[in-house]
Amino acid sequence: MLTQKVKFTLGQDESLVSDSTHNQYVEVDIYERLPVPFGLVRFGVAPDHPEVKNVINTFTQTAKHSRCSFYGNVNVGKDVSIDELQQAYHAVVLSYGAEGNRSIGVPGEGLAGVYSAKDFVGWYNGLPNCRELSPDLSCETAVILGQGNVALDVARILLSPIDSLKKTDITQPALEALAQSQVRRVLIVGRRGPMQIACTIKELREMVNLPGTRPEMVATDFEGVAEALKDVPRPRKRLTELMLKTALEKPGEKEQERRNKASRIWGFRFFRSPIEVLADPNHNKIAGIRLAVNKLEGSGEGAQAVLTGEEEDVPCGLVVSSIGYKSLSIDPSVPFDSRKAIVPNIMGRVQQAAGLYCSGWLKTGPTGVIATTMNNSFDTARSLMEDMDSGTLDLSAAKPGSQSISALLEKRGVKPVTFSDWEKIDNVEMMRGEASGKPREKLLKVEEMLQDFSVNAGH
Amino acid sequence: MATSAAVRSSMGLTLRLSRVIPDCSTCSLYRLRSCVNSAANLQRTGSADSFRTINRHLQTSIGLYHSEEGSSNAEDPEDVVNVVYIDRSGQRIPVKAKVGDNVLYLAHKHGIELEGACEASLACSTCHVYVNAAHFDKLPEPEEREDDMLDMAAMLQENSRLGCQIILTPELDGIELTLPKVTRNFYVDGHVPKPH
Repeated sequence: MLTQKVKFTLGQDESLVSDSTHNQYVEVDIYERLPVPFGLVRFGVAPDHPEVKNVINTFTQTAKHSRCSFYGNVNVGKDVSIDELQQAYHAVVLSYGAEGNRSIGVPGEGLAGVYSAKDFVGWYNGLPNCRELSPDLSCETAVILGQGNVALDVARILLSPIDSLKKTDITQPALEALAQSQVRRVLIVGRRGPMQIACTIKELREMVNLPGTRPEMVATDFEGVAEALKDVPRPRKRLTELMLKTALEKPGEKEQERRNKASRIWGFRFFRSPIEVLADPNHNKIAGIRLAVNKLEGSGEGAQAVLTGEEEDVPCGLVVSSIGYKSLSIDPSVPFDSRKAIVPNIMGRVQQAAGLYCSGWLKTGPTGVIATTMNNSFDTARSLMEDMDSGTLDLSAAKPGSQSISALLEKRGVKPVTFSDWEKIDNVEMMRGEASGKPREKLLKVEEMLQDFSVNAGH
Repeated sequence: MATSAAVRSSMGLTLRLSRVIPDCSTCSLYRLRSCVNSAANLQRTGSADSFRTINRHLQTSIGLYHSEEGSSNAEDPEDVVNVVYIDRSGQRIPVKAKVGDNVLYLAHKHGIELEGACEASLACSTCHVYVNAAHFDKLPEPEEREDDMLDMAAMLQENSRLGCQIILTPELDGIELTLPKVTRNFYVDGHVPKPH
């Protein structure tokens, strides 16, 4: 009997579980630090993108397979070690994603009013350790560093009409804070130019069509862009054309009217790198951000930003840094490349570590949408199955699997949350949401999630 | 007011737990946003209506699910559409389908490894397929939202479409849909897993 452990974030090796005609009889146990599953699908995908979250149904089917077990509320690295897992299982797959973030690396970064996008998104999505972020939304202008989809999510949530947010699974505290928000202008800043922007067209279109807002761009940022579009692949071309249209084209009458009535503004600023966050001398918080002006060397995806020596100060009261997530090392025994912030691997097989695999962002770095990460995980699963078939993975001895791990956890006073426990939490959240017309009202504290929600538990 | 709302809520939970109210997440109508009894609608009706609605829902969903699936004893030959899926290892899998079938759910029915993460709501690109030249132009133009999602698919080609947006018509008889080789590995023995 083969048993293995997968740490469940978004990537999941469901093909291992569902492949019932494979020679070996595979059992998969999933260990997750939080009591609730699904990782970024629950805590990263924006509240106003519920269709993206449909993939939860696929994950749920997998988790409920007879040979798959979920153990939430287990902190691998603290409650149980990788070494202990490797002793209990034939194979261990590390799939714990990228929970750290890249720091900006400039003076003033620690001032009140500067947040990482990871924390800001965690705050509005109910990640327990971001509950007390309490971002100050009393300023008029917010600057977002970075121009990927996460940056656009943050901009959109900051500027969306409250009436549309009210019907989503955004947390109640975030909804209340946004209802009082004074933020009216959001600048989304990138080091390079329009042709290097990292977001995708769906998110850009959502900003262009966001009710109550109008775009504010710098026309000179787009010099030479239209001419460079001729031989560019379709996705980049369509994205750039939409940006050009929004930035440069004179709008039709109806659109002009809509823009005139708009009370909120958003815009891209290109060729700008942060060099310092400026403090308000009277209060210990941010007053603005100093940006270096860049020019581009080279073109296309490989173009480099080079300093010109010019600088620019932008007054603002909120900075959200959205320059990338970063994986952390889980255990010193696991090889870790701290430069790339991934676990070194070939096709998901961890180098110099028999029986150890990795998938998802931990394997390739923190970029990619669901399709990318899904295929990445399927690749790891296939490497694992190849190793089972070829004998590279030693299956000759039976392994105790969850029996021994559960005993260890019990001795250490750790109580795992099962998938059916999660289903009770799920029901409680959905019921609470019904009262206010939301798909769910998320529980925000781990202690709340660990409550006994059985029907006859006296509620 | 508050009391009756609380009673309705707790009745709802009891009915769901004892499975009188079906689990919507597994129904294709709900997934395709075609369900008339979705939560949003149920909320707007009063408590008495909820009970009538539940019964109607049970009949409607089961009835329509069968016809959407397409029964294998499809009586009308003019209704038959022949489809060939070419899977990621190059294997040709011929399928007899019906007019109105959805290419993604048809693939699932026949164990073809085409993922549909967002369940046909144009929020992902996991059902990306290549359409053979002879039939590509017979498909209606993709809407902008489909093009936006296609832009994110790996190995995009001129003849790329999202499987969940292709509904079979008589003139698509003989259509061939190739699954892109988006992973760097396939099964060693050419085995294809059943989708879940």
